[in-house]
This record gives sequence, structure tokens and C-alpha cells, in this order.
Amino acid sequence: MDFLTGLLVSAFQLATPYLLAAQGEVYAERSGVMNLGVEGMMVMGAFAALFGTLATGNLGVGILLTFIVGAFLGLVMAFLSVTLRSNQVIIGITLSSMIGWSLVAYLLRMAYGGSNIKCPTLQNICIPILRQIPVLGPALFEQNILTYLAVFSTPILALVLSRTTIGLKIKATGENPRASETMGLNVYLIRYLCVIFGGIMAALGGAALMIGYVGVFHENVIAGRGWIAITLVILGRWSPVGVLGVSLLFGSIEALQWRLQVLGVGIPYEFLLMLPYLLAIVILVIIARKAGAPASLGLPYTREEK
Amino acid sequence: MKFTIPEEALKTIQTRALAVLIGFALGAILILATGNNPITAYVSLFNGIFGSVYSITETLVKTIPLLLAGLGMAIAFRCKVINIGGEGQIYMGALGATFLALTFGGAPAIVLFPLSLVGGFLGGGVWAAIPGILKAKIKVNEILTSMMMNFVAILFVSYLITGSGPMHDPLSLGWATSPPISSSIRLPILLPRSRLHAGLFIAILSVFIVYALLEKTTLGYEIKAVGTNPEAARVSGINVTRAVIISMLLSGGFAGLAGMVEVFGVQYRLVGGFSVNYGYTAIMVALLGKLNPLGTTLSALLFGALIVGADTMARQTGVAIFIAYTLQGLIVITAVAFEHLKRQDLAPLISWIKKKRGNKSG
Amino acid sequence: MKIPQTVDKLRKKITKTVFRKEEKPEQDLNPIKKMELGSPVIKMEQITKRFPGVLANDHIDFEVRKGEIHALLGENGAGKTTLMNVLYGLYQPDEGNIFIGGERVELKSPLDAIKLGIGMVHQHFMLISVFTVAENVALGLKLSEIFLNVDRIKEEIDELSSRYGLKVDPRTKIWQLSVGEQQRVEIIKALSQGADLLILDEPTSVLTPQEVKELFTTLRSMTDQGLSIIFITHKLDEVLSISDRITVLRNGKVVSVVETSKTNKKELARMMVGRTVLFELSKPPLNKGNVILKVDDLWALSDKGLNALRSVSFDVCEGEILGIAGVAGNGQSELIEVITGLRKATRGKVFINGRDMTNHSPKEIIEQKVTYIPEDRVTEGLILDFTVADNLILKNFSSHPFSNRGLLNDKEVKRFADELISEFDVKTPSAYTPTKNLSGGNLQKLLLARELSQTPHLLIAAQPTKGLDVGASEYIRKKLIEQRGKGTAILLVSEDLDELLALSDRVAVMYEGEVTGLIERKKVSIEEIGLMMTGAKKM
Repeated sequence: MDFLTGLLVSAFQLATPYLLAAQGEVYAERSGVMNLGVEGMMVMGAFAALFGTLATGNLGVGILLTFIVGAFLGLVMAFLSVTLRSNQVIIGITLSSMIGWSLVAYLLRMAYGGSNIKCPTLQNICIPILRQIPVLGPALFEQNILTYLAVFSTPILALVLSRTTIGLKIKATGENPRASETMGLNVYLIRYLCVIFGGIMAALGGAALMIGYVGVFHENVIAGRGWIAITLVILGRWSPVGVLGVSLLFGSIEALQWRLQVLGVGIPYEFLLMLPYLLAIVILVIIARKAGAPASLGLPYTREEK
Repeated sequence: MKFTIPEEALKTIQTRALAVLIGFALGAILILATGNNPITAYVSLFNGIFGSVYSITETLVKTIPLLLAGLGMAIAFRCKVINIGGEGQIYMGALGATFLALTFGGAPAIVLFPLSLVGGFLGGGVWAAIPGILKAKIKVNEILTSMMMNFVAILFVSYLITGSGPMHDPLSLGWATSPPISSSIRLPILLPRSRLHAGLFIAILSVFIVYALLEKTTLGYEIKAVGTNPEAARVSGINVTRAVIISMLLSGGFAGLAGMVEVFGVQYRLVGGFSVNYGYTAIMVALLGKLNPLGTTLSALLFGALIVGADTMARQTGVAIFIAYTLQGLIVITAVAFEHLKRQDLAPLISWIKKKRGNKSG
Repeated sequence: MKIPQTVDKLRKKITKTVFRKEEKPEQDLNPIKKMELGSPVIKMEQITKRFPGVLANDHIDFEVRKGEIHALLGENGAGKTTLMNVLYGLYQPDEGNIFIGGERVELKSPLDAIKLGIGMVHQHFMLISVFTVAENVALGLKLSEIFLNVDRIKEEIDELSSRYGLKVDPRTKIWQLSVGEQQRVEIIKALSQGADLLILDEPTSVLTPQEVKELFTTLRSMTDQGLSIIFITHKLDEVLSISDRITVLRNGKVVSVVETSKTNKKELARMMVGRTVLFELSKPPLNKGNVILKVDDLWALSDKGLNALRSVSFDVCEGEILGIAGVAGNGQSELIEVITGLRKATRGKVFINGRDMTNHSPKEIIEQKVTYIPEDRVTEGLILDFTVADNLILKNFSSHPFSNRGLLNDKEVKRFADELISEFDVKTPSAYTPTKNLSGGNLQKLLLARELSQTPHLLIAAQPTKGLDVGASEYIRKKLIEQRGKGTAILLVSEDLDELLALSDRVAVMYEGEVTGLIERKKVSIEEIGLMMTGAKKM
């Protein structure tokens, strides 16, 4: 496998956690809820995958558990943000910076007696014939199931948002909840569903990292990818296709960075590791002028506000 | 300036106390879930906090950096600038102070110590000012930028102090650490056979400084005005850009001081992992303390005590220490969750619950 | 894209079991449709609605007959919008019953009201500005299809358009439309949902006189075709010209229900306010002095990057009030922002007290003794979380005597605050009360106290009485005339033409960023101003 093909395969693989989490966040934010708990949901999703897999020896159970955990976290987030109208920013930051890693660290110690727990990873599912397409073939058709999910759900998610009535309702809820309410939309329900979806996707993103390629778990394994995913939503202009593009970009950066480390280019590896974070800042600065966020993002909404 | 109406303060203390109780209850569920006894765990926790003079001094040792960084976070949050880069600012402050202390190690303490303080303050301050400037001038989301800066700072410091890095102590072989700072500028221990150091005075002094800043100065007035109603502030002639940048500078500055104080009072060297998520805890401390110096002090004490107690609990009952951080997070979420709620907001929820109950029995 | 029948049947079954919801049959048996002309289509009995601290609706009886235009008249805060929000299902009444088409109903959400044939056009449009007209209309239709069929919606919009004379292009995005056009979209939206009763909340406050005429024509054609209309307003002239019957509300209660043909302006005003209202303002003669504000060939861009101001020139002298007339959105806000230093002028100059203050900072302009009463007084002018005293020094806290080298002088601040509180009769327990505890009227007084206490050279007032009741409005107008007498130059921007014409010595009319008229008040008629507001005439 030559350098470019190999890079692309890695890029898609490494992009998967970002992509899954970011797509979920797109839907949450489009409906008007800013879920900053993505990092926490990712690490807890990763732990769920680990726990489920190690407990039963079955990766499928791990993914199922991830689903459940993600949905539960999404539900909690929705309850706090939508029903209780709490400050979405504080809740999200607390979930990501405090509860996420500490709860997982606690459970790791209690369940397995320590950190750096190994676990099996997903097998690649290779699609015959298509995998032989030059350059892109292996990248697109020799991946594990979660990568397939991430990449091929993108056009569906994009279609739903742009061409269906559900998508219209979600967008309306995010732009102007008051108006949507007067037109008979159930703003609370739509936001709940989108945030729960976001939770599931974020958890799957964490799982994708764990059982997708890392295979070794410690509480800092997510290392800020959740936050980058939130940034990717902005960079991708809240569009699933845009998010796919920027996720691949960051996946490529990560892939490149690993290769540079191995090649021993002479740059200290810490600086290489800094690349994704610095890139995120740089791109945020470049696109700062053009916003495009859903108008009611982050603002709590009450039906009976006078 | 008169104090706020005592009634509001009382209400805050009530909700916080309730949040602590709920947090502990949720924590108990988690402890049960892993097959441990929450009662024995919590008893051990309390013994860990109050059991001896040493443990009380340990609480203070933990409180010092939390308080300093917490004050810093409070300043930024008062200006509605959401600085979550405290962790990185602590590292950069520690770096700034240690770098100056090592570079000018020969200078007399009377010069070197203030210099190190300034280095600590500026290290964190400048690091925070970067996202501050980006927000003020080009409206870049400071939550994301300050968070990214955390990772950059930690990686940068790691590079400097590990094996081949320029600030690595050759005498410490594989350990990631800088050389120790000269003993003349180390913060003296206040109580023999404890780790309680003079950083306590710096922390207490900072409480008063921040109070004076916010309540008695025009700068504090501007910061608060921009934080509560930036539009009205702008219309009234306040330079909003300047207020945002300065508040971030001060915020990172106090976080940087926290880092400096940890190095100069506890570790005496810049060592990897010296900050156990103090930066993130500081955010919680400031929020729980309602962004004012007194509340921040109380919250810092509470959270410091929790960590110290959890350490004992971990050793005695085998309940991993990390649950204490989860408890902290749960307390904050509970406290914040009910803050904006008025009884009428719950009315639709309550009537929905009543209806469901009615359906079941009817 | 229509789904094949078998799939559709399956989908219906799933919907029914999973969501426990029945899909409504295609034909809605709309009770209002069945009624005869003249019979009551809706009846509200003893409706009571409470909010914390205020009894918005107090046992109100209200009835509308088929085919009539029924005006709901009252001052701001009388309870009109609340009552209609109850009718539309946005609020649930604490007491009382609603009858639609003769049957008692419970409206738990706008969905219920819409199903029964009630439509509402709100004062603040409920439109998604980044969506197209068609998408907004689509949102309101109970679409069962998964995919959006935009063409079918466009057809429906065109049909309604032509039936009632509401011209609008389904493909345009809402933010590209004028306010009058947006209102048409709102009406079409309501009609497309099957409304037989239309509630219009203060529909004319954003329209030019010509657009108001067009709206009234549309309303008449609707009632001719059997629709019923509720028209919420506080404007007496309009009520008299368009309605068949009037219900007057005051302080949450019904004062009376009258036939329009049998009443007059004076009587209505008295019912609305509870006392005799003077329609004339006494103004001392003009005593003009030096030019305080001079604006010369001013150009500026709007937030969207288009020209908001085109070569605007005028001046304002000591002791005179220059009123800027014009429908909102024609550059008035941008003009004020440029003068106060909050927006950059791309060309031209602003002179204050003879000095070139173009593009100077807001602080420097404030130092020229320029004060500003913003349109959104509470949001832009006051900081509710601050104490009363802190709000009073908002503009000069950094100067002597309130601070010295960065440190605030609390004693001086308190002295100043106490002085102003008594001089302007602001009702507050103390100078340290949080401002949010003050009533609306006292907030206005607080703001005025701060802005007027500095004996300004130039006072800029933007919509100074918007949203205020008659008493508060009278107070502010009196104060403005008082300041005028003291020699302050006043720049007044107001959408309330009556107010503008009563207060101004000279009038400038803005249309699409240009000054289409600059003339003495005495020399121009209200019709001519209306024409200038639409750009049809220049003077």
C-alpha cells in the first residue's frame, strides 16, 4: 500500500470519532441546543464499549451498551437544558471537564483495578470489487462498521435536514422556537430528540476510537476530540456534508502526524500532537467573520414566556 | 458599597447546601453500583478531612491553588467571558515563574521572588489574553479557543521538561521535571510537619485584591457592566473590547499565580502532572461560589476538603479517589440546574406528571 | 414524492402504535365554516389569566360574529394580546370557557386552535427569516409526506395570493422582504392552515399610510368572502375606519362593547383611558439658537453591507426639535448609531458643537454632552442587575467626582443618586435597590433622570414612548418639551406620526437611507409626509 493510499485509509479511520460526534452535534445545534458535553459523552461511550465488550466478549454488545449510555446522557442533557432551562454552557463544560473523565477513571479502577485496559478492536469489513478502486478504494471500502456508519450516514443526514419535513421542523426550532411553537411544532420534543441523537452519536464516536483502532483505554484517551468535534460543527457550517469534509481534514492531520512521528522528522512529537488543536484555532480565526449559527442556539425557551 | 441583600445570599447558601446533599446522594448510588458501601466510604471521607491537624492543613494546601485559579475564573465569568483554559494558564504560569527562577537563579531572593510572581502572573495572563483578544477583536468563540490552548500548553510544558527537552533536569534521569528552584525563594512552610506553605497568604491577599477590584474600581465596574449588559455598556461609552481583554488577562494571571504557587510551595520544581485538573475544578469553584470572592473561597475549601477526604477514603475503603471529582461535578450541575428555575417553569412538568398519575388511577 | 400506498398504510399503522396518535382524516369538520353570517363564531366567557404580579385578564366576556371585523381596543398592557394568546392556545386560562362554533373547546396549544380554524398574525412576526416564504408556509401545514413538495405549496400560495390580493413571491427569503410583504406572508400562512377567523395583533404599527389602506382593502375582501377578523389595536382612527364593532379593554377588564357606527373618537378614548384625554400638546414658541448637530453628506453601511445612509444632511439647533419620520428600517437606526459613534460612517461628516466628531468613540461623543434615549430603553439603556445608583453613573463613572484615578467614590455616587431620585420622583426603596425591582414606569424615569440630568447640548430620542401607556408617554413628551425650552437640541425619531408631528418644529423624512423631505412642521400635511415616507414625493 503506497503512502497516499495508506494515509487515506488512516484518515478515514481517524476521522470516524470526530465525524460521528460532530454529526450528532450538528443535529443538536440545529435544533437550538448547544451540547458542550460531547467530550464527556465520548469518553463515557468509549468506556461503555470497553465494558460491554470485556464483560461479554462480544463487540456487538459493547456497541449496544454505547448506544444505551449515549441515549441516557443525551436524555439527561436534554432534561437539564430544555426542561429545566439551565445554562447549557455550564452543564456541558461540567460534563466534559469534570464528570466525564473522573467517572470513567473511577469505574476503570473499580472494575479493572487500574488504567490502560486492553480490549479487542473491530475487524474491518472489506467490500469486494469496490475495494480495488485505486487510491480511494481501501479508504472507503476496507473499514470497520463504525467508519462505514459515519461516512455513509452523512448523505442521509444531509438529505433529512435539507429535503424532509422533519429537517425543516428541526431547522425552524433552531432558528425561531417561538415562531415554530405558534405554527404548532412541539419545540421541546424536537429538541429532546435531537439532543438524544447527539448523545448517541457522541458516545459512538468515543466507541469508534476505542474499539475502532486504539484498543487500549485510559481516562484521557479522548484528548479533546470532543471539543474539536464541536469546533468542526462550526467549521462545517452546521451541514453534515461540510462536517464530513472537515472531519476528514482532521483525520488526515492526525494520520500525517503519526507518520511524521514514526519517520522521525526531527520535530519533537509534542509539537506534532499540538497540530489538531492549533489548526482548530487557526481555522476558527479564519472563518470568524462569517457566522451562520442557528439563531436561537444556546438560548433556553419557554412556552409561556410573557 | 453596601452588601447585597442578605436574603439572596441566604437563598444561595440554601441551594448550594441542597446541591451538596443531592450530589452526595448521587455519589452514593455510584459507590453502591461498584459494590461498595457508601456509608463507610463517606465516614472515611469525613474522617479524612477532619481526622487530624495534618488533614486540615492538607485541605488548605489543596485549597490554595483552587482559590487562586477560582478567583481568576470568577473575574472572566463576571465579564461573561467563558474562560475554560484555566488548566493551560496554570501550566503557563508555573512555566513562566519557574523559567525566570531558574534563569536568574543567582539573583537575590528579594529580586527573584517578585520577579517569579510577575512571571507566573504574566505567563498565565498572556496565555489567557490570546483567546481574549480573538474574542474581543474578531468574535471567535472563547470556549473553544481557550480549551484548545489547554492542550497546547500541557504539551508544550511536557516537551520542555521531558528527557530531551531544554528544561529537563539531567539529574532526574527519566522523570519529566525541571531542575529545582533555589531554596531562597521557596514559599516557607507555615506549620512544621505539614505541607502548608506561605502561598496561603498570597491566596488570602488575592481574595481581598479581587474584591476591591470588582467592587471599588472603575475597571471592575466596566467588567461587570460588560458582563451583565454589553449592549448598554457599549452605548454608554465603555470600551467593551478593552474590558474583555483585560478581564482575560487578569483571569489567566490569577490562574498563573496558582501554578506558580504550586511550584514554589509544594513541588519546588516544574514537574509533569503537578496540576490535577485544578484548572477545571477552578471553574466549578467559581460557579458554585456565584462568582464572588467570598463564595469562591468557601467553594474552594469545600472542594479541597473533598479531595483530601477522598484520598483517605480511597486508601481505607478502596473507593477510587476519582469519585470525589465526579461528586464535585454533580454538585455543580445540581446547583446550576435549579438556579434559573422558578416555580412556574415546573408547572407544565408538574401538571403533566399529575395527569399521568391521574390516567393510571382513573 | 408520494409514498406508495402499501408503505403509507404501514407507516400509518406504525405511527398509530408507536406514538399513540391518530392521523386526522383529510376533511376537517371546521365548526366555524358551518355557521351563518352574523352568528357568534367564537365566544369567550369569564376568561381570567394571571401572571406573577399581574392580573392580565379579569373575567372577560368576548364574542365575535361571522363576517365582521371586530376591533379589540385598549392601551398597552390592557390585556388584549394576552386574551388573544389564550384564544390561540398559546396560554391556558386560569378560569373561564371558550366556545368555537357553538361548542365548548379546550385549547392546549396553537395546534388545537389552528385545527378549529383560528389563525393569528402576531405583532412581532413569527417567521423564520432564513427560510423562504414557501418553507415558512410549509411549516404550518400538517404535512404527512416525508419529503417536502415545494411546488405544491407554491401553487397553494399563488392561489391564496390571487384570491385575496396578497401579492408575494414564494421563493424569496423572508429577510429579503419588506415589513409589509412579511405581514402578507403571515396572513397567507394563517389562511393556508384553514383559518376562518383571523386575529391581527397591531398590524398597522409597521406600515406606511398607503400600506395600511391596502391592508384594509384586503380585510374587507376577506370578510366579503365569509371570514371573520379580530383587529387588536390602540389606534382610534383606524378602529373607526375599519371595524364593525369594538370591544374596549382597560386594566384587564371589558369596559364596553359598542357598534362602531354609534361611537366617536372622544368616547372611545375616554373608555380606553378612564379619563378625558387631551389630543393637543401645548408647546411654547420656537426659540432657536446655534447649530448643535450638523450632519453633512453622511453615508454608512448596514449590518448586511448595503448602503443604509445615502448622503444624509441636516442640522439641529439649540431649542428645536427635529423629528425624523419614516417607516422602521429606512436608515433611522443607522443614522443614530453613526451620530452616537456606534457605527462607522463611510463618507461624510458629523459635527457636534462645531467640532468634527465623525467616527469618534461613543465616550468622546458623550463627553460633548450628547445624551441618548435608546429605542429599547431597558436593554440598551439600563443594566437591570446593577443598583439604581450604578445605573445613574453609567455614562460618567470614570470621571470626576465619581471616581479618582480608577477608584470609585461611593459617597459622591450616593449623593448624586439620591439627588436625581428625588428630582425625578423615581419610586425606589433606596439608591442601592437592584434596578430590576423597579416598575416599568420608574425604569423610564430612571433613564430620563440620567440622560437629562447632564443638561445635554444634544438629546437623541429613539421611539421614546414605544410600548408605554398613556400616562408614561405624556410624562416623557412633557419632559422633551421642557428640555427644548431649556435650549437642548433634540433629534427625535418616532414611528408614531401623531407624536412626531405634535412635538417637532421641523420634520425630516427618511426613505431607503435618503432624506426625502426636510421641512417645517407647519408647512407640511400628514398626507404629504406619508407620500415622502414611501419615496413617492420629495420636499
